[in-house]
Amino acid sequence: MTAWALWAVAVVVVAALPAVLSLFQIVQLTVFMIYSLLALSLDLIWGFGGILSFGQAAFFGVGGYFYGIVGINSGSTTLALTAGVAGAAGLAALLGYFTFYGRVGAMYFAVITLTVTLILHQVMGTTADPRYAVGQARLGGYNGMTNIPSLALEAPGRAPLTLDPVQLFYVVGGLLLLVLALTRALVRSSFGRVLGAIREDELRTELLGYDPRWRKLVTFAISGGIAGLAGGLFAGWGNFMNPQVFSMFQSALVVIWVMVGGRGTLYGAVVGTLVVQSLTNYLGTASVTYTTVALGAVLVVIVLLFPRGLVPAIGGAVRRVSGRRPPAPEFAR
Amino acid sequence: MNDVVLQTRGLVKEFGGLRAVNSLDFTLRRGELRCVIGPNGAGKSTLFKLLTGQLKPTAGTIHFKGLDVTRLLPHEIARAGIGIKFQVPRVYDSLSVAENLWLSARSSHGTAGAGAIVDRVLAEVGLVERRASPVGHLSHGDRQWVEIGMVLTADPDLVLLDEPTAGMTHAEARRTADLVREINRRATLIVVEHDMDFVRNIAGYVTVLHRGAVLAEGTMDEIRANDVVRDIYLGKRPRARS
Repeated sequence: MTAWALWAVAVVVVAALPAVLSLFQIVQLTVFMIYSLLALSLDLIWGFGGILSFGQAAFFGVGGYFYGIVGINSGSTTLALTAGVAGAAGLAALLGYFTFYGRVGAMYFAVITLTVTLILHQVMGTTADPRYAVGQARLGGYNGMTNIPSLALEAPGRAPLTLDPVQLFYVVGGLLLLVLALTRALVRSSFGRVLGAIREDELRTELLGYDPRWRKLVTFAISGGIAGLAGGLFAGWGNFMNPQVFSMFQSALVVIWVMVGGRGTLYGAVVGTLVVQSLTNYLGTASVTYTTVALGAVLVVIVLLFPRGLVPAIGGAVRRVSGRRPPAPEFAR
Repeated sequence: MNDVVLQTRGLVKEFGGLRAVNSLDFTLRRGELRCVIGPNGAGKSTLFKLLTGQLKPTAGTIHFKGLDVTRLLPHEIARAGIGIKFQVPRVYDSLSVAENLWLSARSSHGTAGAGAIVDRVLAEVGLVERRASPVGHLSHGDRQWVEIGMVLTADPDLVLLDEPTAGMTHAEARRTADLVREINRRATLIVVEHDMDFVRNIAGYVTVLHRGAVLAEGTMDEIRANDVVRDIYLGKRPRARS
């Protein structure tokens, strides 16, 4: 009941925002929602699969570059976005195949995903020479890939309609709500419940007759695909990609968004991203001398005050005020 | 030969230089209730780990229902019909009682039939009122019952019970003995147990393990009359600590 009410409110809020915010704020919020998708991809694999991945930034970047390459060459941004999702999901599946079927431990998995990200950072950085091009698309090294087409609405038999900022805001907002709803359905499904069991006790789950390997692989591939979707949207939003998306900073930032919002809550990924990014923007414009230091201090305070994250803390407070008991943990969370 | 449900031949497991299981030949017939006893380090736990695929043997074979399961993965062995209950209950503490049973039911019976089986088993193990409680909030005895319930739910052909009465009161142990006999109507059982009263109570056939090999086999009375067994195990320590 309350969940449906919250969803209705979310839809109304997203629909109404362009009427009350400035164009600049709408453009900002659009990129925050794109980041929220990226955070959501991590929460799926980390919060529900129990597997910490530092590679979400890599899938984001791969999604963006694929979008750029296919978009520049084909002119179709629908195709480009699809390629971004597929490319990132494919990379995640490949990585997941070797790590999960090779029985790599959780710590090593985190390190391997980070390493892959940093390797991509290095490799993409060396592609400044014009001969590094895929068709018409020049990779551009640290200068980045430019002239990436903006997301456009395409229908057969009509000229593509390039989205204006408000339309892009609606498309991204709609996709965010859709992915949120789909991941929520996934983690509450029969598959999601077994995934929760694997996270709680992998050996026990195996001895009940479940193969954890392909379940982790599928989850990781879906997670990679969502990150790729975010990357594709990001490239279409800014018309630009550069290797900084594969940086250590970007990789850590995704983890911070999820930690602040509350791991294993899905909503927390969105809340965490919006809070941290708004804070970053505010500190950047409020002439604070050491923005990063101030941001770091705020994050430390948040994590100390709400170790489980903002969303569980808010949920607990609401329950205390309304005097309702917490719901029975029928589902793995 | 047809009624042999489990057979190991020349089973060996080495850890470094140590042979935890040493050329073990072990045969179990369908419907048997077998107690495995032996002092610490006799290889009981290693045997269970080999039978469930948690460890791969250094040498030898394991056949289950005529199928070579020596190299199968744990989930494949579970699917073939071997269920295990650990000494310290291995359950999902953060999940509800019903969810624990559901996970076992879904694996063995599919999503469609799982709900009905969960309800039936909840009644069998006496946890209907606690179905929504997180398992981590239950007493040790009740957590044992949750795990026994998970085994019952899966309805396996062979059940491995590792010290099912560990940490239980006398009354609970008696109830467990009844339940073990009840499970035995449906499945073949191997029970590792240190409680000799319990072993006598469930009146199974006994295998004594010593240094990774079978030292003696027989009824409890025969085992008690066996001088060698008495020397290494019963005589010195009527009730070895686990």
